[in-house]
Amino acid sequence: MLTLKALTKRYKTGDLALDSVDLEVARGQVVALIGPSGAGKSTMIRCINRLVEPSSGDVELDGEVITRLGAGGLRRARRRMGMIFQEYALVERLSVMENVLSGRLGYVGFWQSWFRRFPGTDIAEAYRLLQRVGLEDHYDKRADELSGGQRQRVGIARALIQDPALLLVDEPTASLDPKTSRQIMRLICELCAERELAAIINIHDVALAQLFVGRIVGLKSGRIVYDGPPDGLTPEVLTTIYGEEDWTLAKPGLSGGDTGGGSGEDERVAGAL
Amino acid sequence: MTATAAMPELRPWRGRPVIADPRVRWGLGIGFALYLAAAIGTIDVNWQRVWEGLDRGWAFLAAFGEPDFISRWRDISEGLIESLTMTVVSTALGIALSVPVALGAARNLAPLPVYLFCRGIITLSRSFQEVIVAILFVAMFGFGPFAGMLTLSFATIGFLAKLLAEDIEDIDRSQAEAIQATGGSWLQWLNYGIQPQVMPRLIGLSLYRLDINFRESAVVGIVGAGGIGATLNTAFDRYEFDTAAAILIIIIAIVMVAEYASGLIRQRVQ
Repeated sequence: MLTLKALTKRYKTGDLALDSVDLEVARGQVVALIGPSGAGKSTMIRCINRLVEPSSGDVELDGEVITRLGAGGLRRARRRMGMIFQEYALVERLSVMENVLSGRLGYVGFWQSWFRRFPGTDIAEAYRLLQRVGLEDHYDKRADELSGGQRQRVGIARALIQDPALLLVDEPTASLDPKTSRQIMRLICELCAERELAAIINIHDVALAQLFVGRIVGLKSGRIVYDGPPDGLTPEVLTTIYGEEDWTLAKPGLSGGDTGGGSGEDERVAGAL
Repeated sequence: MTATAAMPELRPWRGRPVIADPRVRWGLGIGFALYLAAAIGTIDVNWQRVWEGLDRGWAFLAAFGEPDFISRWRDISEGLIESLTMTVVSTALGIALSVPVALGAARNLAPLPVYLFCRGIITLSRSFQEVIVAILFVAMFGFGPFAGMLTLSFATIGFLAKLLAEDIEDIDRSQAEAIQATGGSWLQWLNYGIQPQVMPRLIGLSLYRLDINFRESAVVGIVGAGGIGATLNTAFDRYEFDTAAAILIIIIAIVMVAEYASGLIRQRVQ
């Protein structure tokens, strides 16, 4: 469904952030993208919806070559790619409802959005999504009144109301505590399963990725150095991705001390189809 | 007590002066003092004229004790209404013109040619004092409030567009990026991604500008651009200090009310 072909990004400063990356993601598949800071994870998901303009290579979504679209075509294509951000990136002075409905901007006209006259179906869907993420009572609050975990839930609702085929998720848990991180990851993965959404999730926390996601892609210096199941992340592989370190100390699945919840296997979303 | 035994030897420390080299430091200080002394020496004061002026100054101050609102009330009220109209219209027009200029003058929104053009407008507006602009517009459009209104609108652009553009450049980029990622149009992006972030500042600056414009409307009136300034000027010309005092008291009162009200509103929108 999503195909990256020799995707390359070289910044004006000369840094090669992505070095001819090839990747294929099937419908409904959730992929965790791991790698050290500066490996190009963030650049990669931003090249997919062209918030960062790739230098060369192609991005294809359901047969449409996104990298060749003009401005209007790109806006239409972006509607099908929901994005979730590290620091939530909610518009802080807007209400929760306005933030969620901003996910519909690609579908409504300017004056409709200016006067906040969204179609009834959009508003109903917004209420439904807020209920799904557990925030049904907060719709009239300003976004900056919410806690971190609540904000990220609004961010998720905003991405989902776009009715996307693909979620681009940039470090969703980096600003959250361990318990909230797990809840957010679980929510994202459940929603992907419910709606057959494909997702690419940038994540620093390898154990968390292994706990929830069925396919892991390791990025290092702009190249894919690992692509496989979570169990394949042996100390040797982690050394290839991140560099030398005593990886046995961070044995996957054993790191989480909270609630002693079920084994990782049960939580995983069906990956690698 | 025994800790003194382990005390390291005393090492003195003193704050660093702003200019490290003592010769430069003293040189600059003495040079400045000499220049100041020489400059004061060149001011030629006619003490006799000062002495005579004291009388007139006292008459003026004394007029504040008994300001005359009555005998020229018709002129005063006309001037006031003209000034207030000029203020409101020019502020509204100035804001309407400033917003697009500010968008163009924000480096994170506008491409370089647009940016330079809009910065040019701002610089032009800021480089001339209101009185000079007013003289120009009075020469172009004749005496009266129209010239004053144009002057104040023009001055508003330089003030509001510059400060608003700086605020736009300081926005949180990720919020704007998130709106861009939804596939909204450019205008929707401005409305959802940028506007909420700068709105409190825009409201605050507009209110601030409103009371600046009222004060300036009194000043530009003196060079013939209508309003309360013209009335004030006439009062001075006729040596009607009691009327002038009344006008000044009214201006002070209005500025105070405007300042207090805008402070309250600014608190509310934060």
